[in-house]
Amino acid sequence: MISDSMNQTLTEAALRAQNVFVYYGSTLAVRDVTLDIPKNKITAFIGPSGCGKSTILRCFNRTNDLISGARVEGKITFHGRDLYAKGVDPVEVRRRIGMVFQKPNPFPKSIYENIAFGARINGYQGNMDELVEQSLRSAAIWDEVKDKLKESGLSLSGGQQQRLCIARAIAIEPEIILMDEPCSALDPISTLKVEELMQQLKERYTIVIVTHNMQQASRVSDKTAFFNAEATDKGGKVGYLVEYDDTSTIFSNPKQEYTRDYVSGRFG
Amino acid sequence: MTISSSPPDPSSLWKPNRKASKYVQRVVVWIFGAFALVSVATTFGIIMSLMLETINFFKTVPIWRFLTDTQWTPLFSNPQYGILVLFSATFLTAIIAISVALPLGLFSAIYLSEYAPPQLRKWLKPALEILAGVPTVVFGYFALLLVTPFLQFFIPNLGGFNALSAGLVLGVSITPLVASLSEDAIYAVPESLQKGAYALGCTKREAIVGVILPSALSGIVASCILAISRALGETMIVTLAAGQNPNLTLNPLVPIMTMTAYIVQVSLGDTPAGSIAFLSIFAVGMTLFIITLIFNIFSFWFVRTFREKYE
Repeated sequence: MISDSMNQTLTEAALRAQNVFVYYGSTLAVRDVTLDIPKNKITAFIGPSGCGKSTILRCFNRTNDLISGARVEGKITFHGRDLYAKGVDPVEVRRRIGMVFQKPNPFPKSIYENIAFGARINGYQGNMDELVEQSLRSAAIWDEVKDKLKESGLSLSGGQQQRLCIARAIAIEPEIILMDEPCSALDPISTLKVEELMQQLKERYTIVIVTHNMQQASRVSDKTAFFNAEATDKGGKVGYLVEYDDTSTIFSNPKQEYTRDYVSGRFG
Repeated sequence: MTISSSPPDPSSLWKPNRKASKYVQRVVVWIFGAFALVSVATTFGIIMSLMLETINFFKTVPIWRFLTDTQWTPLFSNPQYGILVLFSATFLTAIIAISVALPLGLFSAIYLSEYAPPQLRKWLKPALEILAGVPTVVFGYFALLLVTPFLQFFIPNLGGFNALSAGLVLGVSITPLVASLSEDAIYAVPESLQKGAYALGCTKREAIVGVILPSALSGIVASCILAISRALGETMIVTLAAGQNPNLTLNPLVPIMTMTAYIVQVSLGDTPAGSIAFLSIFAVGMTLFIITLIFNIFSFWFVRTFREKYE
């Protein structure tokens, strides 16, 4: 019985981090993170600033590679394949594992082109109009923009821009969408829309979200990982994973004292 | 020496001279204002003097003849003033120059901002800017004494004076301008756009061609237009290397005479002041001024219309 459920979680893990250490130059930023990201679920990373939650998120699609001096040790597997093995092309990894950023960053192109660009560079051969409409519908923004597809993506409001960026990420049909504090620059109404959208998207995608907002984590996620930072001898900070469990457990009955203090708002 | 036992009354330590500082303030405003006015007034003075002499010139030579004649023969007994002759030369050298400077400058800018390792960039950028500091007269005899003989090696019928070598060297001389301004424009593209492109599975080249360059387009076009205006008004290189022969031609292999070269020729020569030939340099100067003004206005309009606001 137990081994059966274990097996199931094993096969369902979309991403798996094993003993991951991240360094920036010679500074250790995050130490020894081991966790599984379940498929078709929303996993939230919470924790105080500097605890390494965004750093770990960036390891999953190798965007840490773009930061000079960043180095990842340990093993991160995507359906069992090591993402950091020799010969793995980070460009291909990023195509399969999309990302939405903290600040909406639509390209200074038309709304249509914002969606079509990624598809085109990845060699999409199908009907582009259909793909654009379908992606915008999936991101719950179609009705708001269908009459102005030729207008600049920058003409939209912040919340719309963020949903456009989600649509852009969906358009290249990734399996996983990483979201780095996607709502921190948005107003509450826009935040609500993005959260509703995430619930719809998890049927087709695996979502990992970094958030500062504990209410958001408890509202949207199925699993929650709590990261914390501890001071090092050299005066820096190093992040580590404190506890990782079902969201309901983390927020109602956490095993670690730190987690309890954090989710009850005693620090952070 | 010891500290005095009773400290001085604090209020006596602070005696701002409000009246004097107010007075100084007013004087300072006037001084700065006067200095700012000097540059504006100079510009207006130049335009006024250009205009007055140009009007005098057009009293003798009808403006439509100035614009439509195909000969430029100010020193003949039956002089003709067809600005097209000089304009074709200026236009030709500027076109050659920008077709050298745009690719050179833009590719250097892309390399510098996107590909160059920081150590190399630290050396390359100042080196490029040194090129901008070379006096144009040096470029001029470089074109005349080195580039032309070198080109004659390949093009035997190339004249000793020609638009080709003048244009090529002119292009090199404005390359730093294009490179530096384009690099600023590329550098100003927010990093978040670049990250967004990578997150969609772009390679570096795709990110540059698909996102970064289009986002920097307004700045690149502006740098290009500024470089063209610089090329149009450049004097020493074309005077030295392109010749003094007013030819209505777009053939880059023969000697020509640009507007600026003509102005130099008349200014240095013994043309009597007040004569029509003398007045003609004001009309030519005015034409040059109007052309560059149009370019600058276009560039200003273009940047304002197409600049992206990312916030």
